Amino acid sequence: MTTLPRVSLDGLATVASTADLRATMAASRSTASVARLARAGGAASARVPHNKRREAMDAATWERIKDHPCYSEDAHHYFARMHVAVAPGCNIQCNYCNRKYDCSNESRPGVVSGRLTPEGALAKVRNVAARLPQLSVVGIAGPGDALFQAERTLKTFELIRAALPDLTLCLSTNGLALPDHVDALKALDIGHVTITINYLDPEIGAEIYPWIFHNHKRWKGVEAARILHERQMEGLERAVEAGVLVKVNSVMIPGINDEHLTEVNTAVRARGAFLHNVMPLISDPAHGTKFGLEGRRGPSPAEIHTLRESLGNDARLMKHCRQCRADAVGMLGEDQCQSIDTMAPAATADDTPRPDPEIRAAWREVVADSRAAHKVAADEAEAVVAAAAPAAEDRLVAVCTRGGARVNLHFGKATEFHIYKVGAEGIRFAGIRRADNYCLGGYGESERLDTILTVLEGVSAMVCVKVGDGPRRRLEAAGIACHQDTRHETIETVIADWYADAVGAPMGAVSQPA
Amino acid sequence: MAYKILASQCTQCGACEFECPNGAISMKGDTYKIDPAACTECAGQFDEPQCDAVCPVPGTCVKAA
Ligand code: SF4
Ligand code: SF4
Repeated sequence: MTTLPRVSLDGLATVASTADLRATMAASRSTASVARLARAGGAASARVPHNKRREAMDAATWERIKDHPCYSEDAHHYFARMHVAVAPGCNIQCNYCNRKYDCSNESRPGVVSGRLTPEGALAKVRNVAARLPQLSVVGIAGPGDALFQAERTLKTFELIRAALPDLTLCLSTNGLALPDHVDALKALDIGHVTITINYLDPEIGAEIYPWIFHNHKRWKGVEAARILHERQMEGLERAVEAGVLVKVNSVMIPGINDEHLTEVNTAVRARGAFLHNVMPLISDPAHGTKFGLEGRRGPSPAEIHTLRESLGNDARLMKHCRQCRADAVGMLGEDQCQSIDTMAPAATADDTPRPDPEIRAAWREVVADSRAAHKVAADEAEAVVAAAAPAAEDRLVAVCTRGGARVNLHFGKATEFHIYKVGAEGIRFAGIRRADNYCLGGYGESERLDTILTVLEGVSAMVCVKVGDGPRRRLEAAGIACHQDTRHETIETVIADWYADAVGAPMGAVSQPA
Repeated sequence: MAYKILASQCTQCGACEFECPNGAISMKGDTYKIDPAACTECAGQFDEPQCDAVCPVPGTCVKAA
């Protein structure tokens, strides 16, 4: 018998029918009492996500973000989101976007396969909710701007809200039209909004946005950038005032706004942004974007890491963003949109499978239990780290995981690495580094490893279930220790094991004989 | 006096359809088309043809020869 969260997550990721779901849930329930015991020990603090314990967060806010994988680092281990592409039209042009192709900066790829009507979107959401009890969030993020043709977006939200009231609804926007729609969003109880804000200074903005369409007119250059900036700030302030949790996305564009983003961070925090998410520019000539064609490069994972650290890297800075496509479906870091599409060939709302509220509620219960168990394990791990080397310098560890907050993935299967910082401050989540971004490219095992070695710059160790001998030698040659653990244990537990071995033991040995 | 859409360039984003003050633009088959009978080139309504002003692909909404 394996442990609770792994059974649930792995099982549910592969279930094909509601009957399978019921069976899996039943199996999970039988072990739930173990976790419940653990929760009793964890008391009330068990509901505070591990990584955010140092940040004051009131219970009401936690209630609002605990199931949202984008707003809560903790939730992204357990819950899934989907985007519905009902918003193809856009009111601005970005130099990192070519509307003809799927290429994603922020949540705004080009033309996604298959545009959806609001009714089609509802059918798709129903279908996914029926098969994926982890589904907790539905977002509208493009491929254009979600508030340009706001009627479509609002209509979609209305339909979903009525059919599946337990889902959290959110949207992403460039902010140009946001001030006009805050009241409508509030009326529909849309509590999460993401605004992409890449600059404050219109001179810098003009290098990112060649034009905007506003008040029936195309505006260009600095004038356009000034209008967009003013609308973004007004939208941010009004949304915050209305009680919306606003996440700000900023695309880090080396040579244009990389140094400017510190000021952006200060400004959006001052206006009450709940989270700030700094993302790397994804750029490649093959995308046909202005930035791609002029050979502007995206920042390296290490550069992003440095910028995030300089911004304080606390819970108010989002570190687990995967820059999802506007039609993404599934847990963060995986995309099931292809398989979902083949499962549901353009069905109408009437003949799609019905989501079972009971199973969806049961999943939330399982998550609450495994969160509590995770908290206990993480606390133990912190104690191990503290005992090992309270004064040792920080190390970065790259973790291979497929969800459930466990080390449960083979190195060879990993397309992204969860980076943790371990040291005097304990074990803290420090970001996601993707090794599958289109711009990194590369084919075959050797190129893949080259990519991964670049991505893992500055990392001391990689922990996974298993790693092949070849890759292990390359990693070790690059100074990255490989730690294998086949137990599918909690991430913090495995990191603490490695840390105690690598750092603790030698130091202990030195301090022993006086 | 009318505008037209060069189908080969159109991304089917629908922005022009949404902005046209005369409802002249609609999806025909797999691309957007302008009904020349309904199009006024936005004369007297706006300073510039709305479809061309909003279209993300330069030179896609153009004056019909
Ligand atoms: S020129 Fe004006 S009236 Fe004609 S199709 Fe374009 S938006 Fe419509
Ligand atoms: S705005 Fe341009 S690209 Fe979009 S549908 Fe109209 S013609 Fe096509």
